[in-house]
Amino acid sequence: MKQAVLTGEHFLTGDVACAEGALAAGCLFFGGYPITPATEIAERMSERLPEIGGTFIQMEDEIAAMASILGASWAGKKTMTATSGPGFSLMMENIGLGIVTETPCVVVNVQRAGPSTGLPTQGAQADMMQARWGSHGHYEIIALAPASPQEIFYQTIEAFNLSEKYRIPVLIMSDEIVGHMSERVSIPAEKDIVTVSRTAPKGRKDRFKPFQPGPNGVAPMPAAGQGYNVHITGLTHDEKGYPVMTVEAQEEMMARITGKIRRNLDDIIRTESYRLEDAEIAVISYGVSSRTSLAAVDEARNLGIKAGLLRLITVWPFPEEQIRQLARRVKKMITVEINLGQICLEVQRCAGGRIPVTLVGHAGGTIISPERVVAELKEAVSS
Amino acid sequence: MIETASRIKQPEHPLDDLLRTDRIPHIWCPGCGIGTVFSSCLIAMKNSGLNLQKMAMVSGIGCSGRAAGYVAMDSFHTTHGRAIPFATGLKLGNPELNVVVFSGDGDLFAIGGNHFIHAARRNMDLTVICVNNLNYGMTGGQMAATTPHLAKTTTTPMGNPEAPFNLPLLAYAAGATYISRWTILHTRDLTRSIDTALKRKGFSFIEVLSPCPVNYGRRNKEKAFDSLKLYQDKGIIKNGANPSEIEMDFEKGITLGDFLDVDRPTCIEQYDKTCRLI
Ligand code: SF4
Repeated sequence: MKQAVLTGEHFLTGDVACAEGALAAGCLFFGGYPITPATEIAERMSERLPEIGGTFIQMEDEIAAMASILGASWAGKKTMTATSGPGFSLMMENIGLGIVTETPCVVVNVQRAGPSTGLPTQGAQADMMQARWGSHGHYEIIALAPASPQEIFYQTIEAFNLSEKYRIPVLIMSDEIVGHMSERVSIPAEKDIVTVSRTAPKGRKDRFKPFQPGPNGVAPMPAAGQGYNVHITGLTHDEKGYPVMTVEAQEEMMARITGKIRRNLDDIIRTESYRLEDAEIAVISYGVSSRTSLAAVDEARNLGIKAGLLRLITVWPFPEEQIRQLARRVKKMITVEINLGQICLEVQRCAGGRIPVTLVGHAGGTIISPERVVAELKEAVSS
Repeated sequence: MIETASRIKQPEHPLDDLLRTDRIPHIWCPGCGIGTVFSSCLIAMKNSGLNLQKMAMVSGIGCSGRAAGYVAMDSFHTTHGRAIPFATGLKLGNPELNVVVFSGDGDLFAIGGNHFIHAARRNMDLTVICVNNLNYGMTGGQMAATTPHLAKTTTTPMGNPEAPFNLPLLAYAAGATYISRWTILHTRDLTRSIDTALKRKGFSFIEVLSPCPVNYGRRNKEKAFDSLKLYQDKGIIKNGANPSEIEMDFEKGITLGDFLDVDRPTCIEQYDKTCRLI
């Protein structure tokens, strides 16, 4: 057997670093389907999983890939799939099943420009609202946005930990640029990597209820074959997992699956502040765009503009409180993202009309240059 | 009257230990054949001698898809058409499990058709039981990929212009290693076939013709009892028949039997041999 954790210094693409992060987190099952620019994640997993005792399978489509990782999760494994826009659309159906059956798993979307087939080899950040609302019905989701190969390594571990802790599919919203760039990635010693696994049930097996919340609002989760005889359904169900077709049952179930996220925002949401202490203009960005925004903030500071950056590491649930507080301190906000205004809408909502919020975005296909952000910052101070 | 009746202690059903009795009564209509297939399945499971704790049932959506909700073992009622890929993950995640997919023709062969052929191709170790009632029962009787040519459904009010699948032939062409077809009138044969399928490794497929009097029968002048009569009159048992020659012709004859029972390395065996360099 080879090692799951490749401790040491590496030069890796974001896609490969993501696969290594998954293995370091304890992932032992990957159900995939090829798609540019996410294929390298599947390729790496197909090579690495069998040598550490895990299983890789290339399914017949992304619908099946998503279904397979839910099945394998109920077999007790940590599971993942990776895709891009068109595949992400196909996965929406079973992401919903994962949410309502409270099934831990990780879904990586290496975003490319859409709609439809779009620009398959060129990056974008235009699936952010799909990540939030793409599956039907109302729900909460967790989505992270990595800005570099090193960060996606750690975020993948974090994604597994959050999915196991909260029994929920966690999305990693990468993009073609991060996925295909090669950079230095340090992989720490195995003992220094914190991993979380779902809570195992205790007590009498015949009385166990697979959806009865524990202290943090999340129910312990057994695996098939352990003797708990669980029933798991996509229908509205009670704590026992039995279908109940009533308004009351719907309300109770929805309160459970949304409440476990809404009540733990402090534990889930992570953001990073850069030069915001005395800032008058705040740039809000995430993923690869937060890197170009960082350069722009430094450049603006050199020009005497009091700019700062709030980098969203967790995009969903949305860091509402962080944005609200910031909106009380700064005069303007600029959202930087590779789309025509998605997260910008959320920032505007949270700013609540208190201050102007503008967008630096484009239709997709390349990064947003720091110059464009600097130009917007200059414009902001002059107007 | 009803109150008095409910106070009378019901005798225990011989399959109670395999049923979620707290979920009975089930939703199936009077005259429906699904319950018969379901009880054949449970009898086969119970008598198989296999460890039931290591058995799991996966269903899709539809009337037959509700089976997973009544069986007292690990059971998964998934999304429409996706029982097989979910079951594939479950089996690969823990190869010790004996995974049974119990679902309907609409679920397995229209929306789920792609998953069926690929699971058969890779000889995934699953037992797939398809209750074929020739239409979509749950949604009120629409045309399915199995609806006979010219049969009436709510979406083919003038008669079905299309041709149905021959399911055993499809399974055969795709690579299944155990294939049977029965009707709910042939419960002994069916139970025996399920028992065999449970013990076979690889992809096993059993089609069971089953009446849907409420939706299909009603529109095709076929009462529940007529369907059974049809199964009796037109059913021709030909074990070992070539799947390309078997018929499902309600005028000429319906070929039933165990059509295939061969050994071919399973998906997991091949993966271990090819990919694990231990
Ligand atoms: S609609 Fe048809 S298939 Fe469904 S339960 Fe009723 S009789 Fe059975």
